Amino acid sequence: MFLASLALASVTVFAFMSVLPGDPARVALGVTADPESVAQLQARFGTDRPLAVQYLDWVSGLPTGDFGRSYVTEATIGPQIVDRLLVTLWLVATASVLALLVAVPAGVVAAVRHRRPSGAFLSGMSQVGIAIPSFLAGMLLIALFAVHWGLLPAGGWTPPAQDPARFVRLLILPALSLGVVQAAVLTRYVRSAILDVLREDYLRTARAKGMGPYRALIRHGLRNAAIPVVTVLGLQLATLLIGAVVVERVFVIPGLGSLLLDGVANRDLLLVQGVVMVLVVAVLLVNYLVDVAYVVIDPRLRRAR
Amino acid sequence: MSSAAGNAVLTVAGLSVGVRDLRLVTDVSFSLGPGERVGLIGESGSGKSLTALSLMGLLPEGLRAAGSVRMAAVDHDLVDASERDMTRVRGDRMAMVFQEPMTALNPLMRVGDQVAEVMLLHDTQPDRRSARAAVTELFQRVHLPDPERMPGSYPHQLSGGQRQRIMLAIALANNPSVLICDEPTTALDVTVQALMLEEILAGVEREGSALLFITHDLPVVAMVCQRVLVMYGGRLVESGPVREVFTSPRHPYTAGLLASSRFEESDTAGRLPTISGSVPAAGHFPAGCPFRDRCPAATEECAEWPGWTGGAAHGFACWHPVGRTGQ
Amino acid sequence: MTAADAAGALREPGTQAAAARPPRRGRANPNLVIGAVLVGLVVGMALTSFVWTPYNPTRVDTPARLAGYGADHWLGTDKFGRDVLSQLMVGARTTLFVGVVAVGVAALSGTPVGVVAGMARSRWLSEGIMRTNDLLLAFPALLLAIMFGAVFGASTLTAMIAIGVATVPTFARIARARTLQVMSTEYVLAARAAGRTRLAIALRHVLPNIFSLLIVQASVSFAIAVLAEAALSFLGFGTAPPTPSWGRMLQEAQELLSVAPRLAVWPGLAIALAVLGFNLLGDGLRDRFDPQLDDRR
Repeated sequence: MFLASLALASVTVFAFMSVLPGDPARVALGVTADPESVAQLQARFGTDRPLAVQYLDWVSGLPTGDFGRSYVTEATIGPQIVDRLLVTLWLVATASVLALLVAVPAGVVAAVRHRRPSGAFLSGMSQVGIAIPSFLAGMLLIALFAVHWGLLPAGGWTPPAQDPARFVRLLILPALSLGVVQAAVLTRYVRSAILDVLREDYLRTARAKGMGPYRALIRHGLRNAAIPVVTVLGLQLATLLIGAVVVERVFVIPGLGSLLLDGVANRDLLLVQGVVMVLVVAVLLVNYLVDVAYVVIDPRLRRAR
Repeated sequence: MSSAAGNAVLTVAGLSVGVRDLRLVTDVSFSLGPGERVGLIGESGSGKSLTALSLMGLLPEGLRAAGSVRMAAVDHDLVDASERDMTRVRGDRMAMVFQEPMTALNPLMRVGDQVAEVMLLHDTQPDRRSARAAVTELFQRVHLPDPERMPGSYPHQLSGGQRQRIMLAIALANNPSVLICDEPTTALDVTVQALMLEEILAGVEREGSALLFITHDLPVVAMVCQRVLVMYGGRLVESGPVREVFTSPRHPYTAGLLASSRFEESDTAGRLPTISGSVPAAGHFPAGCPFRDRCPAATEECAEWPGWTGGAAHGFACWHPVGRTGQ
Repeated sequence: MTAADAAGALREPGTQAAAARPPRRGRANPNLVIGAVLVGLVVGMALTSFVWTPYNPTRVDTPARLAGYGADHWLGTDKFGRDVLSQLMVGARTTLFVGVVAVGVAALSGTPVGVVAGMARSRWLSEGIMRTNDLLLAFPALLLAIMFGAVFGASTLTAMIAIGVATVPTFARIARARTLQVMSTEYVLAARAAGRTRLAIALRHVLPNIFSLLIVQASVSFAIAVLAEAALSFLGFGTAPPTPSWGRMLQEAQELLSVAPRLAVWPGLAIALAVLGFNLLGDGLRDRFDPQLDDRR
């Protein structure tokens, strides 16, 4: 199922980015170019071959990280993507961890105290957080922490191996701006999942065994609540990846997003095609992992597989 | 059999349950002797489940209990006890089996662990290993098939009857002095019900637990219980030994319940006898005697609560009791 | 009676005793009210901008550049001396326009697709539709818009269509789920037994039943569309200059963050309030249509 989705996605991306815009040799040389030099360039790009062959050539290189050569710079695309992907992964991973660390306790408290002011306050905060786009959060954080207080750098990137301290200082603000918004969204779903669980009979059974309300919730509720939350977490990871594209722009981080936007700016369509494919694979992979997670969490699904 | 307050394991006095200005259970008093089996009967909406939940301190959010619930060897009142104090009582001295076995177990946890948990929680087994052995033994006692492997199962792999036995095993694991069963067989297939009842009877007998058995099923009460409490409209309206109450009920409501459960007493048109009218929504019973708007014998007097006639163990609350010698 | 029954009985007391019902705390549905007010504010701003703005929002007035708050320019001016308030008002227009078209595209194509998938007799058809749907889900709005922008060039139109296409699966999913629910109800079974055609059933029973759900979803999707439009304009993939848009105002404000942070604050506030408004409106409508869900999301 996962592989079929991958195949379908790759065809879609290829069709959209390679077929739709027309032949790159013609695009590069313009309408006035003579047929001979067009043919020459086509041969060099490999675009004189049938589309199916071109597709297979492109797609068969993907698993080994071979994304072809840029039509614009003629540089190999693969190594650039791998470099940039690592940067983006740091950002997304840190943001996800931050989001979970905030959202799970906040969501549980908001659910357990949903009739009290503290719970309503948390719900309200999460509503407000959802309404703030991550790039806006980023700008506000820069305005406060970098410009106003001068505590942290406003942007840039250093690989962790080179200067770990600076790496961390550079990572904090972008990870926060991505994470805060995600935390807000997740809090809402954690709250609703916990509210559902709180009504379950097995929680009453746990209380009847002699567990206190929080202990019963932690031991019997959290895992049950995890099922709907994991679904959202999967969807959110996808948005987080895409959100990283924008946040990288705000903080001038050389990640996959910057590479994508530069590719678009330079009309380097094969590069764009490669980055898009990586992002789509990431989204599909996350969805697949979510399905796996269901089976790990819920024994009722195990036999069905 | 009657339980003088001195040796009762559970003494309920003036128990009321309400939400804001709405009263759902009013002034319920009774007691359970050691090992005594008492039925609590009434239609839906009579407040019997709320009574049970308030004993456990597990009322739904927003509902509050007042009055007094004391247990032998527990030195605090269970009403308004702190959560910490109640956690020590629940699952240990007082345990409960719920109506719906399909949802009462955690679907993501092996049933053996769910049973072992209650023993580890109250330190009645020192470690996981011995708890596991105790689970196997418990499973044997409630006649679950394959007690060696069953603990490794998940609830969805088991039938309703099996799950309810597991609930019973959880309830009996710590040898409680009071076991509350809230319609434990209602959700089960008819063929499984009788077996489950035998299991409960055998269980309380073995552990010496007193049983509070909630049901609307009169034949079940006759089979399981020694004494019966009849509730209507959130109030106790009659109590007494099962045989006496069932053969010569004093409260018209009890009489009506009994009549409607006897199939042989259909009238000439072939209709079964019923109690006229229907049960009002919870908390909206008439003041005074809650049954008066449905009672054939009701008079002006009934606008006032009649008070209790007779002793705690055998008595009724009615201005116009049904004749002394039964029907 | 179980405790849950008791609680249920409490929630819906008998009608004859309705007077004795415990007073429910301020049931004016605050979500709905606040949401409607915020959305009304944005819509009002956009509508007003058609007849009046303090200045021509695109008029460059170099001497007045970076003016602060004042009587001339209430919210100040940007680096070209353009009036911030005027830009905000016209920007609301852009935001709403993109949102309406995107959500319209999504609802009008996603809903029929979902209803067909829910009613289809052939498993192939319904499976095929849902698989395509899942595939589309792998392309989030922003990514799709960037792809569109790369191939066709960035414009308001590509942004709208990309956001719309990316939102189709949401509507298709919801429409299908609800259709399946409606199709298994007794009244639909009765209608089928009476020999009604599928089209007649779809029009008479299914659509009216999924309508409220779609309205709620439209409101929530609108919030997402506002966010996406802002992000796209911020990246330069949305509305082209000089037409004002909140996202681009933010982008232009970024380099001036140390000089004039207010240039980021106002469009940022506008985006946040619009998103909050549509989200709350969606929640409020959901509560209104389906009170049983009141505690949830």
